[in-house]
Amino acid sequence: MRAVPVIVGYALRESLRRRVFAVVLVLTVAFLGLFWLGADKAFEESRELAPPPEAVLAGVDAQELTGATLFGLSMFGTLFLGTVLAAFLTLGVVRGDAERGLLQPLVVRPVGRTALLFARFLAAALVCGLYVCAVYAGALVITWATGDWVPDRIVSPAVQLAAGVAVIAAISLLGSVFLTTTANGIAVFMIFGAGLVAGLLGQIGEVLESDTLTRVAEICSWVLPFEALYQDGLNAITADSSGFTEFALELGPFGGAQPAGAFLWPWTLAYLLLVGAATAGAFVRKDL
Amino acid sequence: MAAAFTARGLAKRYGAVTALDGVDLDVEEGELVGLLGPNGAGKSTLVKIGCGLVRASAGKATVCGAPAGSPQARGEMGYLAELFRFPGWCTADELLTLHQRLAGSHGGDPERAELLELVGLAEARGRRIEGMSKGMQQRLGIAQALVGSPRFLFLDEPTSALDPVGRRTVRKLLEELRRRGVAVLLNSHLLSEIELVCDRVAILSRGRLVAEGRPSDLARPRGVEVDVDGATRVFAGARREDAPRIVAELVSGGEQVFGVRVLESTLEEIYLEAVGEDH
Repeated sequence: MRAVPVIVGYALRESLRRRVFAVVLVLTVAFLGLFWLGADKAFEESRELAPPPEAVLAGVDAQELTGATLFGLSMFGTLFLGTVLAAFLTLGVVRGDAERGLLQPLVVRPVGRTALLFARFLAAALVCGLYVCAVYAGALVITWATGDWVPDRIVSPAVQLAAGVAVIAAISLLGSVFLTTTANGIAVFMIFGAGLVAGLLGQIGEVLESDTLTRVAEICSWVLPFEALYQDGLNAITADSSGFTEFALELGPFGGAQPAGAFLWPWTLAYLLLVGAATAGAFVRKDL
Repeated sequence: MAAAFTARGLAKRYGAVTALDGVDLDVEEGELVGLLGPNGAGKSTLVKIGCGLVRASAGKATVCGAPAGSPQARGEMGYLAELFRFPGWCTADELLTLHQRLAGSHGGDPERAELLELVGLAEARGRRIEGMSKGMQQRLGIAQALVGSPRFLFLDEPTSALDPVGRRTVRKLLEELRRRGVAVLLNSHLLSEIELVCDRVAILSRGRLVAEGRPSDLARPRGVEVDVDGATRVFAGARREDAPRIVAELVSGGEQVFGVRVLESTLEEIYLEAVGEDH
């Protein structure tokens, strides 16, 4: 395991120097810039269009509704950008790098294959986690500066997003043992999409009061725990909302946002260990 | 001291395809052995099993006495793959530093400088790999394989991308390695190269070892050629030890002898005979 910090350092330098980092940086700046413009406009209009006192929506806190909705959308954007980064850093780690001849010179060194994989995961999780937290912090500052609104819980949703992209990085590493780089990229984004669809199903299930849909969404979000982490984080940003505001939020994109409960973190850890063990088991047996 | 590399009954099957079929081979300490064979003969598979990149279906291989692929074995060897690539974003010096750390080498800056000097890349130390020619990358690959002063080297087609000057650099390097007592298993298609530097050759065909030995031992006598006044006379089947008698007989018969050549089969002929002309 003495090689782990060496490989982590190598992977960190790689992620900073490769062109993908510049692409992600440009995308992030564009995303935060657009988010600033959108948030500024949305808060301005929500102030101008305050409902009359006798209206049903008069009990709704427009600032909270606008802030939470915008910030929830920024969390989705952050998770998506984090997923892009996690996928690009990990999707070719085994088969892709072996086909290009990058992996063999490293594997023949007295470094265990498991240590090599663990180090690559650690580096990807670190880079993506820090990145997601930075984008989350950027969106937080923008929402506060433009609408004087901050989420009810600040730290836990960021940590959950970071854990979510770590789960995606682990899934992508597992795929990289079996699939070519392109095929793995497609698979990772399909899995990411499946998680999101599960969330939407849950939202539809809530509205229709369909136990089956809600159950399917719940199972999916546990099979793909990045979705459960995202939903729980999303739920946490409006944890203290109540009354008409809470009702209005449930009608919006937060309808499917469910608190996951105390089992979320142990399951996430167990899931990472299971995926890690499957990846290491397959990699150790793989002919390169 | 254990042999640098041993293979005993080594076999590898990929589904229905047999890549290696019971190969026995030894590379002694400080010995340079050339591995020859047509495409698909199993040369790279043999090398990859030795490096621990591929798992053998049967048999066993050791590197410096340790099972091939074990951390001990990998700590004693260096490897240059046939198809390899280094990350374009890092410099030659950074790459060697990475491999020093992974190999547990304490050679530091002097080792890196010496290795780059050895392969003629001293001037390119700070250059990014993506800015290097294929030949330069190949030489950097050899320097990388030598990190940590390995006792045994697997070199898989080390001169495939090199121009004649680069090939000469590698030949000199191999001679230097021999001087230092480093054993090498050299996989190459270039027979002339193997003939020039290797102590022994091993020829694989269809996964089997079909010939092995010193090039001079494998060579067959093809006769003696004598230049006499105005002509060249060939004594087919004659050996080196027959030459003085042939010359004496010609001179006593009144002929003038201007030159004598002992003819032996070349490595190319030995190779073609071993693997069959159809390859």
